Amino acid sequence: MSHDSLSRAFILLIRRDLVLAMRYRAEMINPLLFFILVTSLFPLGIGARPDLLQTVGPGIIWVAALLAGLLSLDSVFRSDFEDGTLEQYLLSSHPVSVLVLAKVLAHWLITGLPLLLISPLLGILLNLPAAGIRILFITLLLGTPVLSLIGSVCVALTVGLRKGGMILSLLVLPLYVPLLIFASSAVDTAAAGLPVTAHLSLIAALLVLSLSLSPFATAAALRVSLS
Amino acid sequence: MKDNETLSCCLEAHALECIRDDRTLFSGLAFRLEPGQALLLEGRNGSGKTSLLRILCGIRLPDTGMVSWNGTDIQRLGADYHQHTAYVGHRDGNKLDLTARENLVMARALGRPGALTPDAALERVDLYGFEDSLTRTLSAGQQRRLALARLLITDATLWILDEPFTSLDVHGIRVVEELLEAHTRSGGMLAITSHHTVNLNSTPVQRINLSG
Repeated sequence: MSHDSLSRAFILLIRRDLVLAMRYRAEMINPLLFFILVTSLFPLGIGARPDLLQTVGPGIIWVAALLAGLLSLDSVFRSDFEDGTLEQYLLSSHPVSVLVLAKVLAHWLITGLPLLLISPLLGILLNLPAAGIRILFITLLLGTPVLSLIGSVCVALTVGLRKGGMILSLLVLPLYVPLLIFASSAVDTAAAGLPVTAHLSLIAALLVLSLSLSPFATAAALRVSLS
Repeated sequence: MKDNETLSCCLEAHALECIRDDRTLFSGLAFRLEPGQALLLEGRNGSGKTSLLRILCGIRLPDTGMVSWNGTDIQRLGADYHQHTAYVGHRDGNKLDLTARENLVMARALGRPGALTPDAALERVDLYGFEDSLTRTLSAGQQRRLALARLLITDATLWILDEPFTSLDVHGIRVVEELLEAHTRSGGMLAITSHHTVNLNSTPVQRINLSG
């Protein structure tokens, strides 16, 4: 198979998923709405204590982002599994890992990118200083693709189960913990005015690692789920 | 279709065994399928027809034995085998929120593009005029024909079909039978299960009964 037809399939698959998301918008809006609601309820619950909000803010935003990601995760492969299109990917003449990468990228564009774009506003809501908001944005930029990539492996493993939701969260959440720790402590450190290069490098390393390994793991997991 | 390439193809099954939930569905199954031939799987519900087709696709692994394409194990060939095959399972594999044409454009990009364009393929299965209709709005038989149109847009030698005639009317069945015959006449291969009688008069048909 030539490179041209592979990149054409890659682009068409992303475009197809974006078109589907536009025709069925709930999938796109639900995680975003969840993210905004959870984050904006905290200031109301905690009360008018700006210093406390500033301390817990990075953690709140990251936990909310993580749960919003988890909420949308099942949709990566579920509908494709149910209508039989997933079989067609496995039987395509292109490497499955590349098609999987296209699916995950589309999923990030649909669910991760909106979270990223709205996050500075929520940072202001939680009284984060400007430096903290900037670093929050960078950690989300590097971190939300990791959520989708790691998540895709676990979804691929559970997509064949009829009630895979609970198992999915049990599988995924432990894998998200390192990211959560580094990301929220990066924002904390930045808010305190200290350098955060080390944190960001670690998150970038997680991104590179998951970007290079997870498509293969996902492709293998899909084969297991469908056989 | 390139004759020298298709003439050399053959699909062979060697001592296939399939076990499901501790029940042996079939064992010691062997056959050889050559260009221009059809393989018709028969048997009662639950006798393993779909499982066998999924093994032939390479989605499912046989418990013992192997399937080979031109002498090489299909599990080793992977995508190199899949570019010669087209599969329509009992789930249609259409996206309901895409139009008929969008579904075919995607399917065409996933395989090795064949001679027919998506629009021409839709015309061949009598879906002319439905190119821009959402698949959701098509009837069950029309959705089935859309799935079968996928066979025409890629340049696949081996068609693997699981109950292709489900929800088709008499006219639809005849249209599909003509497509199948045209495919074998031009050197293609067929592996098919069906509860309906399949009229492939000009095609040599091997029958395998899995309930026997």
